[in-house]
Order: sequence, then structure tokens, then C-alpha cells
Amino acid sequence: MNSPTSHFVPPRRMGVYDPIHQISMWEENFRSNVSLSASTLLIDDAEIKFDNQSEYASHGIPGTSKQYDQEANRLADKIQRRLAQNREAARKSRLRKKAYVQQLESCRVKLMQLEQEVDHAKQQGLHIGGTGLGSNSLGFAASLNSGITNFEMEYGRWLEERNRHTLALRNALSSHMGDVELGELVDGTMNHYFKLFGMKSAAAKADAFYVMSGMWKSSAERFFFWIGGFRPSEILKILVPRIETMTEQQRSDISNLGKSCQQAEDALSQGMDKLQQMVSESVAAGQLEEQTNTPNMSTAMERLAALVSFVNQETLLQMSRILTKRQAARWLLALGEYFQRLQALSSFWANRPPKPAECLIP
Amino acid sequence: MEKVTRLASEKGVVIFTKSSCCLCYAVNILFQEIGVSPVVHEIDQDPDGREMEKALMRLGCNAPVPAVFIGGKLMGSTNEIMSMHLSGSLTQLLKPYQTSLS
Repeated sequence: MNSPTSHFVPPRRMGVYDPIHQISMWEENFRSNVSLSASTLLIDDAEIKFDNQSEYASHGIPGTSKQYDQEANRLADKIQRRLAQNREAARKSRLRKKAYVQQLESCRVKLMQLEQEVDHAKQQGLHIGGTGLGSNSLGFAASLNSGITNFEMEYGRWLEERNRHTLALRNALSSHMGDVELGELVDGTMNHYFKLFGMKSAAAKADAFYVMSGMWKSSAERFFFWIGGFRPSEILKILVPRIETMTEQQRSDISNLGKSCQQAEDALSQGMDKLQQMVSESVAAGQLEEQTNTPNMSTAMERLAALVSFVNQETLLQMSRILTKRQAARWLLALGEYFQRLQALSSFWANRPPKPAECLIP
Repeated sequence: MEKVTRLASEKGVVIFTKSSCCLCYAVNILFQEIGVSPVVHEIDQDPDGREMEKALMRLGCNAPVPAVFIGGKLMGSTNEIMSMHLSGSLTQLLKPYQTSLS
């Protein structure tokens, strides 16, 4: 293509996910070049008119046959030039059209491939990507299950709200807010956590595997994952030292709570092991859910996920009973900050420049 | 129904389960961690299993298993047991039945 105005961008520079933009660029090119050729023709038309007029003007003067010949030659040249330009413009136009159609074809093929992939993944019940501040999948929170899509969207909002609560707690503690008001803030924060447990239970009904694997969490949080959430005992262990002053009774109560949590977690972990074993055996034997009449597997997973949420909830409740409102505020602040830092860590790791590959050149 | 109540009163700590139920398994493990050896009746292995299941539902259980009886009284299912355990009341209740110290 020799036209100075066409800026042809090869597909690989555009990136494969942007076919629509590419097509519209092509259309623009197409139209602008067509109009350029049209304007060239108009100019030629004007020239010819002018020449015709001058030709007619000179026609009236007798004895100027040489002038007439010159005019005729100039006209013939102009006509030839115009015809050549037309041919050139037509050729360019055909080339552009061919390229445009090829572009459309390749996009069509790509679209069919993507549709196939989506269907295939649907059958397998997979989900693509997840949200969470740390994960790098911003444009890709596409799930094939509306219950899970809803959950992911709600979780995004839940996170924002949780961050607001954390900030409010920090401000309240540093500004020495009164106990009553602080108590309300604490209750609000706790209810917000309970809300998440409810959301997770609902999501487990849509896809228990998803909830069990914690796909909506950032990568650093998933590192600590235990059956769809954090271990309550870990939370206690890490964050209790952050509460400065506690009575002996409180220390003793928290110690007992930690022990009970540990026991509950052990029991649930073993229950989970048994469930994994059952699922694994079913799959190995080729007995998938749809083929049997009893939906045992998914019900069992839902119940287990719900129970884990319940244990988390109960742990929070017990802590709130043992601690004063002010202590609970400090504890919840530490909890919120802990999760925020984990998410920041995920984000930091995900956005590091990649390490240079080692020994590519032998 | 009579079978259920009879079995429930036979020993201090009785759990009705199903062999395939992993939550029942978890509850059993929990009791053992506390130092209690409950009597476990797998109702899916019992010829009267169907009636027992219905009876348990009628007693107020949302899910028939696991159903935990302490001292002949129905304590509830997984949620109730977990809640009691975390609040410390379960261990208190089970003190008379502990076979080994935890």
C-alpha cells in the first residue's frame, strides 16, 4: 500500500483480544481512502471542466488549429491521467477490501474457537479467574455460573465495605471514641463478617468446589486456606497478642476457646479428608453425580462448607463475648489490617517484574 | 421411634450416623478428641433405618444425621454441637462420660 494516509497496524501489535477495535480502524481507513480518491476525482473533474471551457473559448477564434491540437492533447493527457488514477484507486480499493475481509474471517474463526472453549468449560463446570485485590485477573472475572458471578461481584463490594469498617475502627480508636459508639461500630463490623459467611453458604449451593478452593481470594490468602476459609485458631493465635491488656480470666477463656477451635478444626479436617476420599473413589469408579440418583456428594460438600462458615462465625461470637468493646475493636482492626496486608502482598508479588530466564543461551 | 429412644438411652453418649456421611465422621472424631467414646449407630446399615430416619426428623432434626444424644436427650446436630463446644459447654456436659482425659 503506497497511500500516505493509510496506517496499517498488523494484528499482532493490536493484541488478539481487540478484534472489534481493529475492524473499526479498518473501516475508517477504508472510508477515508475512498473519500480521498473521490476528492482526487473531483479535482480532476474541475480541471476537465475548466479545460472544456477554455477549449470552447478557443473554439471561437478562427485560425488557431495548433492551439486546438495542443488543447486536445492536454485534454487527452488529462483523461489518460484520470483513467490511470481511477485504475490505481480501484486497485487499492480492491486490496483494502481483501485485507478487510481476511481480517473479518480470522476474527470469525477466533470467535468460534472461543465459543467452543466456553462450551467445553461449561460442561466441565469450570470458572475462569476470580476477583480479589491481589489477583491480576481484572478483566477476566468471567464465570459460567450466575450464582458464582453474583458472589464475586458481591464479594468485591463486601471487601470495600470491610476496608471502610477497618478505617472507621482505626479512626475511632485513635480519637478515643466513647464506648457506646465504639460498641456499635464493633457490632457493625461483626455483622459484616457474618454477612460474608451467609454469602459463602449461598455460593456453596451454586458451586461447592469453588467455595472449597477459595478462588475469589487473593493468592497470598489462598496460601493459608483451610476448607473454604481461614483456620479460626490461627486467627486467634496471631491476633490476640495485639490486644494489649487482658485480665487473667480473659486469657484463660481465650486459651480455652483456642483449644476448642483446634479440636473442632481437627475434626472438620478429618471429615474433609473422608469427603475427598469419597469423591475421589466416586470419580475413579466413574460414578458421577448425574448418573446416580442420590446427590450425596454436592450435599455433603455444601454442608461441610456451611459448617466451616458456622465455626468461623461462632469463634467471632465467642471472642466478642470474652472481650470488652474496646478490646474487640482493637482485635477487629488487627484482623482487617492483616487481611489487607495479605492482599497487598499478593498484589506486590503479582506485579513484580519477571525474573530473567536462566540459561536460555547454552 | 421406640427403637431410637431406646438406643439413645442405652449409653451416655449416642450418635446416629450414616456410613457415608463425612459430617457424622467429623462429629465422632470431635468427641474422641474430647476423650469420649460415643456409641455410634449407623442407620443406613440398620434394617429399620428408614423408620429411624423419620423418627429423628420428627424429633426436630433438620438433617437426620448426625444426631447426638447425651444422657438420653437430643442435643442436636453439627451446628449445635460445634456451638456448644466453642462456648465450652459441651466439655462440661460430657465430663461424666469421659473415658480418657483430653
